[in-house]
Amino acid sequence: MRLINRHPGKHGARLLAVVPFIALIVLYLTASAVRHAANPMDKLLPTLSQMASAVNLMAFTQDMATGDYLMLTDTLSSLQRLIEGLVISIGISFVIGIAVGMLPYLRKLCVPFIAAFSMVPPLAILPILFIIAGIGETAKVTLIVIGTAPFMIRDLIMRVEEMPKAQLIKAQTLGASSWQMALRVVVPQMLPRLIDSLRLSLGPAWIYLISAEAIAAQDGLGYRIFLVRRYFAMDVIIPYVIWITLLAFIFDVSLRLTQRYAFPWFAGAKSQ
Amino acid sequence: MSSIEIKDIWQIYDSRVVLEKISLNIEQGSFVSIVGPSGCGKTTLLRMLMSEEFCTRGSILLDGIPLPAEPTLERGVVFQRYSVFPHLTVLGNVLLPMELKASRWLGKLLGPKRYNAKEEARAMLEHVGLRHAADFYPAQLSGGMQQRLALAQALMAKPRVLLLDEPFSALDPGTRADIHVLTKRLWEETKMTIVMVTHDISEAFRLGTRVIVLERPTPDDPTKGARITHDIPVRPRAKDKKGAA
Ligand SMILES: Nc1ncnc2c1ncn2[C@@H]1O[C@H](COP(=O)(O)OP(=O)(O)OP(=O)(O)O)[C@@H](O)[C@H]1O
Ligand SMILES: [Mg+2]
Repeated sequence: MRLINRHPGKHGARLLAVVPFIALIVLYLTASAVRHAANPMDKLLPTLSQMASAVNLMAFTQDMATGDYLMLTDTLSSLQRLIEGLVISIGISFVIGIAVGMLPYLRKLCVPFIAAFSMVPPLAILPILFIIAGIGETAKVTLIVIGTAPFMIRDLIMRVEEMPKAQLIKAQTLGASSWQMALRVVVPQMLPRLIDSLRLSLGPAWIYLISAEAIAAQDGLGYRIFLVRRYFAMDVIIPYVIWITLLAFIFDVSLRLTQRYAFPWFAGAKSQ
Repeated sequence: MSSIEIKDIWQIYDSRVVLEKISLNIEQGSFVSIVGPSGCGKTTLLRMLMSEEFCTRGSILLDGIPLPAEPTLERGVVFQRYSVFPHLTVLGNVLLPMELKASRWLGKLLGPKRYNAKEEARAMLEHVGLRHAADFYPAQLSGGMQQRLALAQALMAKPRVLLLDEPFSALDPGTRADIHVLTKRLWEETKMTIVMVTHDISEAFRLGTRVIVLERPTPDDPTKGARITHDIPVRPRAKDKKGAA
C-alpha cells in the first residue's frame, strides 16, 4: 500500500502521539544523569528531585519576606495582565474589524493605516510605552494589545470580506438594514472566527507579556524567570516554562471547546 | 401593464461587450426562463435585475420606476449556492425575514411575537416539506432541502419578483423533479413574477410561461455582445385568464 494510505490504529495513534514527549523526557534525564555523574554540583540540567524541591519552595512554601506563595502570585499577576490585554484586544478588533470589513468608506480610510501600523515592531515601542505610561500595569497591558490587536483586526476584516457576497445580497433582499445585517448575519458568523484568531494570537500575547515582565515588573512568571536566571536557577526556570506552556495549552483547548459547543454550526459550515 | 421593463441595456466590461441592446418586457405574474450558452451573460442580466450590477447603457424599470441602486425587499433571490445562512437553523432562516421586518434595532423577535412568528414559519416549512428538519443547520441538509429552504426563506419576505440563478442545477434529477413541482405550486399560489436562469432547456420549458434565449452572434468577437435570439411563449399563466378579465 502507498505510504499516504497507511493509517495507524487507535492505539497506534495514541502511542505515536506520546512518543516525542517521552523521547524528550528520556533524553533530558539521561543528559542530566550524565552531567551529574561528572559533576554533582551541576546547575545546567537539574535532576527531577532538584526541580521538585524548587517547585516545593516556589509553589507550596510561603515566602519569608511577603508571606505569599510566589508561584501563585506570579501566575495570578501574569494571567491578569494577559487576560486584560486580550479582552481589550478582542473588543477593539471585533468592533473595528466588523465595521471596516462591512463599510467601504471605512475600509478606504483604515486599511492602509492598519496595514502600516501592524508593521511597527511592538517591542521596539516598549520604551515609548514605559516613558508614557510608566512601568506599571498599563504599559504591559498596552504592549499585549499593540502586539495582538492589529493582527486580529486584519484577520477579521479579511474574514468579513471573505463572506460569500451572495449572503449579503440575500440579506438585503430580505429587507435587512446595514445594522441588522451586522447584528444578525455578520457578527454571529464572525464570533467563531474570532476564537480562531484569538487562538493564533495567544502565542504572541505570551511573548509580549513575558518580555514586558522581564524588563520591568515586581512579579509575574516572566519576571521570576528572568530574576532567577541571575543565579543560574535552572531548577526553577524549567518548571516555570513547563507551567507556562501548560497554561497556554489549557487556554487553547478551552477556546477550541468553546468554539465547538457554542457554535455547533461552524464545523459543518466551514467544511462546505 | 408590465411589471419589469428592460430598455435597451448594454453591459460592457473593459471593452468586452457582454450584453448588447437587450430589451424585454416582463409581465406581472409571468415565469420567464432565460437560457443560453455558458458565459453569454445570463447571470450578469440577473445581477442587474437585483441591483448587484449596473448596466453600462439603458435602464430597467420596475412598475414604471427605475430600479433602486441596491437590493430591496420586493426582489427576492435564490442562488445556486450560499442562499441560506449557515449559522441559523432551518426555522431560524425562515424566521429571519419576519424578525428583520418587525424589529428594527434588534432584528430579533422575543416573547409572544416570536411564538406567533414561529408558528407562521413552521407553516411555511410544512408547505415546502421541511417541518421535520426545523432544528437542523443548513450544513446538515441535502442540496435539495437547502434549495427548498432558500425558496421558503425568500417567500417569507413576500417579494413581487423572484430571481433564480440556476437554483436547481446542483441537484440530481429526482430531487429536481420534486422541487420543480414545488416551485410551480409556490408560483401559482403567489402573484409573483419569476425570472429564472438555467442551463437545462427542459426545465426552462417545463416551468416557464416564456423562454428567452440569449446568445452571442459570433462568440469570439468581443465587440458583439449577446442578444435575445429567441423569445418563445410557452403557455399563459393559468390564473391570469381570470385576473385579466
Ligand atoms: N465583474 C465582471 N468583470 C468583468 N467581466 C465580467 C464580470 N462579470 C461577468 N463578466 C464576464 O461576462 C460574461 C458573462 O458572464 P455571466 O456570468 O453572466 O455568464 P453566464 O451566462 O451566467 O454563464 P454561466 O452559464 O456559465 O453561468 C463572461 O464572459 C464573464 O467573464
Ligand atoms: Mg451564470
